Amino acid sequence: MKISAFHLMPHRELPPDFERRYPSVWVTPPWGELADARRVGQYYNWTLDELLFAARAGFDGVCTNEHHQNAYGFMPSPNLMGSVLAKQTNGLDVAIVQMGMTLPTTSPPVRVAEEYGMIDCISGGRLVAGLPLGSPMDVNLAYGITPMEHRERYREAFDLVLKAWQAKEIFAWNGKYFQLGQVNLWPRPVQEPHPPVWVPGSGSISTFDFATEHNVCYCFLSYAGARAASTMMDGYWDVVDKKGLERNPYRAGFLQLVAVSETDAQAEADYAKHVEYFYHKCLHVPAQWFAPPGNQDYRSLLAANRNPVRRAEDPKTLRYKDFVNKGYVIAGSPATVRERLVEEVIKRLHVGNLMLLIQIGSMPHELTLKNTELLAREVLPGLREIWDDKGWENHWWPKSLRGARQAVPAAR
Amino acid sequence: MTETRTVSVWQDRVKMRVHVQGAGPALLFLHGPWGLTWGPFLDALARQFTVYAPEHPGTSPGDPDAIQAVDSLWDLVLCYDELLEALGLDALAAVGHSFGAMMACEVAALRSSRIRRLALLDPIGLWRDDAPVINWMLLSPAEMAAHVFAAPDGAAARAMFAVPEDPEEGALARTRLTWAMGATGKFIWPIPDKGLKKRIHRVGAPALLVWGEADRLVPRAYAKEFAGRLRDARIEVVAGAGHAPHLEQPEATARVVAAFLKT
Repeated sequence: MKISAFHLMPHRELPPDFERRYPSVWVTPPWGELADARRVGQYYNWTLDELLFAARAGFDGVCTNEHHQNAYGFMPSPNLMGSVLAKQTNGLDVAIVQMGMTLPTTSPPVRVAEEYGMIDCISGGRLVAGLPLGSPMDVNLAYGITPMEHRERYREAFDLVLKAWQAKEIFAWNGKYFQLGQVNLWPRPVQEPHPPVWVPGSGSISTFDFATEHNVCYCFLSYAGARAASTMMDGYWDVVDKKGLERNPYRAGFLQLVAVSETDAQAEADYAKHVEYFYHKCLHVPAQWFAPPGNQDYRSLLAANRNPVRRAEDPKTLRYKDFVNKGYVIAGSPATVRERLVEEVIKRLHVGNLMLLIQIGSMPHELTLKNTELLAREVLPGLREIWDDKGWENHWWPKSLRGARQAVPAAR
Repeated sequence: MTETRTVSVWQDRVKMRVHVQGAGPALLFLHGPWGLTWGPFLDALARQFTVYAPEHPGTSPGDPDAIQAVDSLWDLVLCYDELLEALGLDALAAVGHSFGAMMACEVAALRSSRIRRLALLDPIGLWRDDAPVINWMLLSPAEMAAHVFAAPDGAAARAMFAVPEDPEEGALARTRLTWAMGATGKFIWPIPDKGLKKRIHRVGAPALLVWGEADRLVPRAYAKEFAGRLRDARIEVVAGAGHAPHLEQPEATARVVAAFLKT
């Protein structure tokens, strides 16, 4: 197993009536009413410190991500964070997992290839290159990309980035969305032929096809937990089977929310309000913004209208115990969390690259460190060797880091 | 009876389907973001004109991907030019609604002699920072009804959002409406100002601007904005209508439009 610490960098102090007072956490929350730049500077520094703490405590990787115009998670430039992490973790066997720089909004997309090249150089070849499509809120609403062109633009950008990393000669790119006369990437990444590529998705069938056709690691980023994800992930493994590819668990990544304390009861005392804050405030977005007209192709749209997935339950009606019982969040004592991660997530979904959200919603700095430390010390050792007996190679991890990682006792 | 003709344009990559009905001088009708609805408004016009109502590429049943062959607004304007050429239509009356009104202006700006008189129903295509056009593609169905119609619970609103009881028909209806918004939205996202202000001086035809009294999508300020930029334009306001006066007040709207186009 490879287990990474994931961070969204959320606003941790939204007002208690936020979701009643404002229409959305994304795109439209007013900065002047809700945030203060000096305080936000503190959030960024806490975020970096928390990820570095996770790296030193024994996590295999640290994950950042890109989102815009929101209080849910606002690292508009994941590479600003990733470059700090790369520098500060030199000497540790930790992957810098950029989950990552959004392709359709980066113009020209060789910028992604360049910045990832920089991080791979700074880190000595420890980069995992996430190449996300980006959410409609980020790409269509905040960054103005036409919904009907979102996916096509992504596919062109993806091909351009992969070619820019690998081409031995200068080449011209005469695309539909991007035209570049002389592509000649400086710097090139350390990893040959290119850093491992992860493609995050939210269960869209076309992304399963894309991920298998390009032989990348498909990462399901879900906030509804492994039980809700099982149908989706089964669908992914069906596509893997149909294409005649090996069922290597490292072909899949999964994000899980986790909250560990001394006992199950103490976990509730520690984390209940932060979990509810996350689901009630940080995911407060008008439903139709997830699929503006044209964002889904006609066939996917018709399929969705023919088989409306039974309306997902509204998380605003759920409380901490519901989130835990339903597996949205895996919370409790180290033993509880370990067992549920092994059975419900890793084995059930057949996942080799696990990402754990170590900081949830309003969770303060000290509590995040406690969660991270308990995970690293009490939970991770019970997960690491799960796939080792099967002899799978993690082709989607930096080659120099594929061996077992020695856990380092965390120093607070 | 409406006759349907299919005309191949754009190196055969787009088959444009056109509904034709009526008798009299030729009239082009370009529909808005929610697709073509042949109703009382077009029936009324067809009593005095031969109405040609094309479907925007991608909105014809069974051919959703036609829109993939039309990359830009320039491509789309030329598709219409080829269509009208193929139909042998010249010096014709034109009516456009919303996005279709913007396209009617673009077609007239490309080749001024093509359009003799121009009726624009709540057109989009210009932008004022002090009166932003609401992006209907970001609204929930209930919000959309409230912005598009003067009477959000009225018959016209119910007809636009009606979902047939048959599950397959219902799925197709929902898909058609969303896809029509996507296929038209492709040319105006995220702000419906794609350069018409630089070309509108080329429109030679006298124009009638018809505005629904309660248009909560495109503020009335745009009536003056269009009128000020067109060579010869006047404004008519239709009571009891929002952004789609031809759907909410079909008879009254047809009356002012027909009277203007006949002169």
